[in-house]
Amino acid sequence: MESTIVRSIDYNAYFGDNHVVKNVNIDIPKNNVIAVMGPSGCGKTTFLRGINRMHELIPGATAKGKIMLDNEDVMEMHPIFVRLKIGMVFQRPNPFPNLSIYDNVIAGYKLNGIKLPKAEKDKIVEQSLTKVALWNEVKDQLNKKGTFLSGGQQQRLCIARAVAMEPEVLLFDEPTSALDPISTSTVEELFHDLKQNYTLIIVTHNMQQAARVSDKTAFFYMGELVEYDETKRMFTNPRDTRTQNYITGRFS
Amino acid sequence: MTHLENELQAVKKEVLSMWYLVESQLEKSRTAMLHFDRDLAREVVLKEKRVNAFELKIDRDCENVFALFCPVAVDLRFLLATLKINNNLERIGDIAEGIAKYIIESSGDFDRTLFESTQVLRMYEDAINILIDTRMAFEKEDTILARSIFKRDEVLDQINREASARVGAVIKEDMTVMEDALYMLSIIRKLERVGDQSKNIAEEIIFYIEAKVLKHQEDKGKE
Repeated sequence: MESTIVRSIDYNAYFGDNHVVKNVNIDIPKNNVIAVMGPSGCGKTTFLRGINRMHELIPGATAKGKIMLDNEDVMEMHPIFVRLKIGMVFQRPNPFPNLSIYDNVIAGYKLNGIKLPKAEKDKIVEQSLTKVALWNEVKDQLNKKGTFLSGGQQQRLCIARAVAMEPEVLLFDEPTSALDPISTSTVEELFHDLKQNYTLIIVTHNMQQAARVSDKTAFFYMGELVEYDETKRMFTNPRDTRTQNYITGRFS
Repeated sequence: MTHLENELQAVKKEVLSMWYLVESQLEKSRTAMLHFDRDLAREVVLKEKRVNAFELKIDRDCENVFALFCPVAVDLRFLLATLKINNNLERIGDIAEGIAKYIIESSGDFDRTLFESTQVLRMYEDAINILIDTRMAFEKEDTILARSIFKRDEVLDQINREASARVGAVIKEDMTVMEDALYMLSIIRKLERVGDQSKNIAEEIIFYIEAKVLKHQEDKGKE
């Protein structure tokens, strides 16, 4: 049986009085890829950002309920520690523009004041870039700025930066929406490899991507988790009419 | 209506047109047999090409919708079912053509008393009605009507099972009708296949509407 790594219990999120995530209960199994989909404004990104406590960084934003990571409530943990355990990759590739490829990968350590011997850093850089299938492409130009890379390579560099911290969970907020189809395909292939070591939660507007890459899919609508099931089931025979209407494009 | 819904409606319309043609082919082959009308039988053989053209067109249309719209859920099931229904309809078209060929090949008029004694006419009637009701179940998305097809196919199976003995008895009684009686037996065998194809189609209709797979389940879930 798969063990649960992230569990949300009666999770609610607000922007001021606006109740944007309503009582979400969900169990996310370890080493799975979970796709989160739903129309704009349904609360999916807010929920994602709640998992590693990014939500509360926004002024006026509050949350209630629990997000459990390995049976520990992240709301009780130090936010920095939470973000070391739960990495995040955003819509647009955002490597640090003034840092080299090498320094981008180990930026998490530098920013957290963790000092490592050179040999250890070299090892982390090589391992992280290898995990995101970027090592062979950049191993001879590690001192070049990260922003010299193509969009797809930059996104993989950002994933390498998250992976370098050895998190347990990786959150992706529409990670390929700014990429061309070839880069998108490379990143999607990467998801299959990454799930051997990590649990991936991906917010996506691209339903075919959700179908291609995920083991389970969650459908959000108006802040509620409407349906959460095996992806194969969701895309062949969803239980809820709202899910069916959304995935077949009949949403009004 | 979304673009995809329009495309699916167009496919459904095409399938229904094919269905009407196949029904008419089967009906004409019956009339040709009944009145030993070789011209009508030739017409059925000629029109079989139109049935084949429908099959190719529907296959191509489904392929385009798959490629361009990546359908999911009920839309995906509709297209998967349509591909199989299309194939089954084409085979029923082949059956009508096969019967029409018997009429063209046969040396003379069929002995009319055989229509009753072999129950071939009753079988024809039932097979055509089953095909019409299966079409209505598809058109109206009526799974109750689709389920009724399973029971009605059993009647055709029963007539088919008894056909050898019945035709044997007719031949024993009058050896001169042997050739005609054997044609009747062949027609009965073919009409039994119409029942099977209709049953397959009914299973696809239920799969498309209810997402239930009834194939290879003898009685389970068919009630």
